[in-house]
Amino acid sequence: MIDRATLVQRIQQQFPSVIVGEESGDLALTVGRIHLLEVAGTLRDDPELAFTFLNNLCGVDYLGREPRFEVVIHLTSMINRMRIVLHVGVPENDPTIPSLARLFPTANFQERETYDMFGIIFTGHPRLERILMPEDWMGHPQRKDVPLGYEEVAFTHNEDWVYANKPFAKE
Amino acid sequence: MGLEEKAGDLGVVTTTLEGVVNWGRTNAMWPMLFGLACCAIEMMGAQASNYDMSRFGMELMRASPRQADLMIVAGRVSRKMAPVLRRLYDQMPEPKWVVAMGDCASCGGVYNNYAVVQGVDEIVPVDVYVAGCPPRPEALIDGILQLHRKVRGEKIGQRAEDAPIRVDHLPQDRGALKPLS
Repeated sequence: MIDRATLVQRIQQQFPSVIVGEESGDLALTVGRIHLLEVAGTLRDDPELAFTFLNNLCGVDYLGREPRFEVVIHLTSMINRMRIVLHVGVPENDPTIPSLARLFPTANFQERETYDMFGIIFTGHPRLERILMPEDWMGHPQRKDVPLGYEEVAFTHNEDWVYANKPFAKE
Repeated sequence: MGLEEKAGDLGVVTTTLEGVVNWGRTNAMWPMLFGLACCAIEMMGAQASNYDMSRFGMELMRASPRQADLMIVAGRVSRKMAPVLRRLYDQMPEPKWVVAMGDCASCGGVYNNYAVVQGVDEIVPVDVYVAGCPPRPEALIDGILQLHRKVRGEKIGQRAEDAPIRVDHLPQDRGALKPLS
C-alpha cells in the first residue's frame, strides 16, 4: 500500500504540469488533455498505484469560463483503498479529448453519453455515436446555452396560440 | 330448454346494425399494454380485483398490437420512444382508439424538456385525455366509459371525428379549487 503523500510526490515528480488539489477528501488532479492518456495510463498500470477501476466519467459545462467544458474522471484503486479525481479542461472552439475507452472499457458508454449531452469529441473512441438522444437530434441538450423548457406552457390567455402552433398528429 | 321456454319466444330481436356492432366493439375493447411510467401502476390497479375493469369487457391486456383495439398510453413518452409508439399504433387493426392517460401523455406534464414528447397527440390522434398525476383507477375507468359512449355514437363506415374528450377529475371530497374573489 502506498500513502497519499508518496502518491502526490510521485505524480508531481513524473508529471510536473499536473496541478494537485483536494476535493471532498479525495485527491484531485487537474490534467492538460495532451497528458491525459499518459497520466491515466500510469495510474492504471503502475503496480503500486493500480487505479484499475473507472467509477465515473462525465462532462461539465462552465459557460463563460475558459476553458468552457471540463471532463471529470473518477478512478479507484482497490489495493490502496484510494480514490482520485481527474479534471480535464476542454475549450469550446476545439472540443476534443483523447478517449479512455482503450484503457477502461467502461468508459466507452460514458464517453458516448458525454458526447451526446455536451458535444465533446473523444478522439480514438471505437464508436462515438449518440447513446441517449435520437440519432437525428440537433445540438447537445445539456449545454448551458440550450433553452431549458421545450414548449411554451398553455394558459387560458395564450392557449389558442399555443395549440394553433402545436404539431398535432393528423391520423 | 331454459330461459326461452319460460319467457316465451325470443327468437327475433329488432335493432340497428350500428347498435349491434358498436355494442360488440364497446363490450370487448381489448386494450394494448402500453405502460411507460407510474401511470401504469394505476392502470394495473384498474385491472386488478379492487376496480376490476373486466366488468366492462376488457380483462385482457394484449401485449401484441395486432390483437388490440385500444391503446392506453400510460406515462411519459420519451422522444426515442415516439417512433416505437407510432409504429405500434400503425400495427393495430382498424377500428382503433387511443386514451392518453395522465398529464405526461396528455401534454408533457412536468417534463417540459428536450427528452419528453409534449403530449402523445403529436404522434397519434387521441380520443380521450384523462387528467391526473397519476389519475386514480376510477378516473381511467371513467375515461374508458366516456370512450365507450363516443363509440356507441359512431356510424358504420365513418369514424366519429368529433373533438377529443377531456376527463377532469378534481377530488370531490376535498372540494374543487375555486378562484379567489
